[in-house]
Amino acid sequence: MVPVDERERSELFEKTVLLHLDSAYNLARWLAGNDHDAQDVAQEASLRAFKYFGSFRGDNARAWLLSIVRNSFHTWLRKNRPAEKMVEMTEDILDIEDPSAVVEAVNPQFADADAVRRAIAELPVDFREIVILREMEGFSYKEIADLTEVPLGTVMSRLARARKLLQKGLTAAFKPGDQR
Amino acid sequence: MNCPQAKPLIGPYADGELDAAVILELEKHIHDCPACALEWRNLQSLKKALKQDALYFTAPNELRRRIKAELPSPRIAVPRWPLWNWNWFTTATSGAFAICLALLLLVTQTRPSPEQQLAQEVVSSHVRSLMASHVTDVASTDQHTVKPWFTGKLDFSPPVRDLAAEGFPLSGGRLDYLAGRSVAALVFQRHKHVINLFVWSARETDSKPAPIKPLQGYHLIHWSAGGMTFWAVSDLNEKELMEFAQNFATEKTGKP
Repeated sequence: MVPVDERERSELFEKTVLLHLDSAYNLARWLAGNDHDAQDVAQEASLRAFKYFGSFRGDNARAWLLSIVRNSFHTWLRKNRPAEKMVEMTEDILDIEDPSAVVEAVNPQFADADAVRRAIAELPVDFREIVILREMEGFSYKEIADLTEVPLGTVMSRLARARKLLQKGLTAAFKPGDQR
Repeated sequence: MNCPQAKPLIGPYADGELDAAVILELEKHIHDCPACALEWRNLQSLKKALKQDALYFTAPNELRRRIKAELPSPRIAVPRWPLWNWNWFTTATSGAFAICLALLLLVTQTRPSPEQQLAQEVVSSHVRSLMASHVTDVASTDQHTVKPWFTGKLDFSPPVRDLAAEGFPLSGGRLDYLAGRSVAALVFQRHKHVINLFVWSARETDSKPAPIKPLQGYHLIHWSAGGMTFWAVSDLNEKELMEFAQNFATEKTGKP
């Protein structure tokens, strides 16, 4: 029951929620891995957000929209890539040696966008989203925990592990003599 | 602080998530420990690498267009759509008659009444105040702080009172713009719900608080008293909002 002036509602929605479409698309793009699927997910999420806009009570429209993007992505994933199960994080995958203890990572690979892009893309999706939300969107740990519905401690441990994986990936990709 | 204690804190430190007290200890440790200092520098490089613009995907215009196309169009002026609709219906019969009829409908039925338009403005203001995290310009639970704050900002003096005893504590006030003029917005709290009470001077005959048809799930109550008009809006249920309005309205006559 929304007896509202629908146009007013659209206008308010554009100003407050759709304003964050770049964030929505960026997250969807990193989760889905390609432009076409990312557009589908971002569009689905935006329209879903519009549908539930009346019940939005918070003060953080960007976080709200991104939580819907996540949900839309997972729905989309089940429908379109059912084979792609979320990788269960077992300790051996997570038992990463600490590369930063070995080498100073001020090498040029950190400035090479393609190398960084590949390293992010290789992260398990649950780690990838936290990296995006923290480093590209600047959300606090608490906001990320609320948005992804995982405990704060999990956010922190995933982020720490994601960073180690990234450092490892970037350092490995550019061993001296590796002319990529 | 030793390395096993320091290492897990380096990330939160870089993310600005540590307490000041811990920061001091950690900084001291990093200063003295080359291994942790290296880890700190590497993390800085990584964070910088992840923040480069080239990694951020901005939404294609085509996506933006597609989404906007699916929303009820905000850009069409309010009365146009019914007119267009009616024209469809009647072109087969009489063009002139259709236009007359459409114009008549447009004027009499399809156009939101001034009250409906105002109600919509009130709801929009309420929603905007919540979204912009800008509910109050003057945050105070003291009516004697809030009332003087409006002096000089408005050409009228809104009645301000705290209804904490009735379960609606005052949380502050702000200036807002409604119906083409500056108005006072008083902000009250009911549990987790925010109530905006918009007040401005208007030549209206006094009327008791009466509910207006809810909009977008928000309840509205309107009344007039002493040359002022009042609009209360909240996501609170109508019964409690009415209780609020009655308390606010009756206390006015009860106290000088």
